Amino acid sequence: MRQRVARGVSRWSEPVIEWTIRLCGWSAIFFVFSILFFVFREAAPALTSGLRLKEFFTSPNWRPDSTIQPQFGVVALMAGTASVTLLAMAIAVPGGLGAAIFVSEYCAPKTREGLKIVIEFLAAIPSVVWGFVGAMVLNPLIIRATGAPVGINILNGGIILALMSVPIIMSVGEDALRAVPDTYREAAVALGASRWQIVYKVLLPAAKNGLLAAVLLGVGRAVGETMAVLMATGHAVQIPHSFLDPVRTLTATIAAELGETVEGGLHYRVLFMIGSLLMLMTLAVNLTADIIVKGIRGRQDV
Amino acid sequence: MCHVRLSTLTLLTCAVSLTVACSGGDKRETASAPAAGGVVIRITGSDTMVNLVQAWAENYKKKRPDISVQVAGGGSGVGIAGLIDGILDLAAASREMEPREIERATQKHGGVKPKEYAVALDALSVYVRKDNPIDSMAIEDLAEIYGDKGKIEKWSHLGVKVPGCGSDTIVRVGRQNSSGTYVYFREAVLGRQREYKLGSIDQSGSKDVVALVGRTPCAIGYSGMAYATPEVKTIKLARQKGQPPVAPSNQPAIDKSYPLARALYFYSPGEPTPHVKEFLDWVMSPEGQKIVTDIGFVSVQGRS
Repeated sequence: MRQRVARGVSRWSEPVIEWTIRLCGWSAIFFVFSILFFVFREAAPALTSGLRLKEFFTSPNWRPDSTIQPQFGVVALMAGTASVTLLAMAIAVPGGLGAAIFVSEYCAPKTREGLKIVIEFLAAIPSVVWGFVGAMVLNPLIIRATGAPVGINILNGGIILALMSVPIIMSVGEDALRAVPDTYREAAVALGASRWQIVYKVLLPAAKNGLLAAVLLGVGRAVGETMAVLMATGHAVQIPHSFLDPVRTLTATIAAELGETVEGGLHYRVLFMIGSLLMLMTLAVNLTADIIVKGIRGRQDV
Repeated sequence: MCHVRLSTLTLLTCAVSLTVACSGGDKRETASAPAAGGVVIRITGSDTMVNLVQAWAENYKKKRPDISVQVAGGGSGVGIAGLIDGILDLAAASREMEPREIERATQKHGGVKPKEYAVALDALSVYVRKDNPIDSMAIEDLAEIYGDKGKIEKWSHLGVKVPGCGSDTIVRVGRQNSSGTYVYFREAVLGRQREYKLGSIDQSGSKDVVALVGRTPCAIGYSGMAYATPEVKTIKLARQKGQPPVAPSNQPAIDKSYPLARALYFYSPGEPTPHVKEFLDWVMSPEGQKIVTDIGFVSVQGRS
């Protein structure tokens, strides 16, 4: 009796499950393309209704609501995003990878789990709380430590973004290192390598793909972060000359201004153009990393 | 080798979570739950007015429990955009609607122009830190600080040395461009033909401007008169150099001797419904206007 049911179940459940899984996969692609399509569709009319592309890409003047002459230059905003992201990554990549190596290779199993929980707790903190920490806590500390005229600036935003990205980089990086088979480690020990030599000469090259993926996810979080940078970077439209200057990011601009635009108006469309720009930037970063990874893989296979 | 024990880590996790939980946030009051089956009046817009409108909403609920007033902020720009799109009953604005906005609203509502109600008065204040020696300023100096290509960039240009401001830079704090206060200040101080200088720190709310100025020795900022805190002081303003500077307070707001005296408005898309009209009448009554003075603004009743 049981055998008959088992055979009957597997005869049509198998294709159903296969089609459900196939649907999930295709729907992911469908949703991504829908979002891309929606953003580009809302942005496209800007090109025909008065947006001067040359000004858009080369001018640092962002004055969308001017009663004299609206200006839509995003250079200062891009400088803002770039500077905060670069500083955040300069802190978060060594910090996150270091934490990943520490947790994966240097810790006893019990403390590993505890440490992972604490660091992953950092990832659970809402971004608006991070923004608050930056605006209220880091602000006076930075003024006191550096004598800057104002404490919400690139340094503030960079530190906050780094703290937000470290858990992701650590988590994915640690998984990548754990995935390297123990045989590698055993072989290195047999050859007389010290622990750091094992990490540096054997594990890092072996886990390169995963570690790169970890860094990319961290970069993605930093570039796309909105609330925290809105509160911690000072939201000032200017090309920075030092880490102590306040700046404005592309994401914060969209968040702060989309609510007051008239749907279908030029300001609205230009904000969607900024959204398209953000998506293209992320795409470029991911594509570059993919090519690097393929290059590494290609060389490894030789 | 790490010797950190699991129990210590657990304690650390609890301490961190308690700290995060106890760090209060900046709460913006938004919509309250509508009365079951009752009437809802939706008011969106000015951040300058949001505390005032919220106070009106709460007090009106005591008077008329069947009517629920839902308040949201976002800035005068958001309120006016909502009025044009027809998604609210009243737009709260700390500036007047511009002609093209009125035109767009009239178009969208079948040729009916929006109605304007001045519900309170404000002496828009310029704040500096309490220990900043500067006391008064002419409007044209303010324009040189905030305006595009303005020449005043350091406190020493104004002849003062600010304690705690080592770099001597004037840090300009302002609002984001959805704010009615931003638009009003630009028109009243810079004039119609001049833009803001880029690079000011653009805060999202009136309270945030004053909070940042209070924490930053080098800063100067503008915000509604109701938002003063003990860490800041207001400076007197003179319409022109040589005229006696006037402090932002009640009488100068009413008789317009203060250069930045302005009205705070409600706009309704056309003629308001009976419920909204009742609410507006109550807001303009002595009871409603007492709440205006309690919050820190000036009642319209003083106006002749």
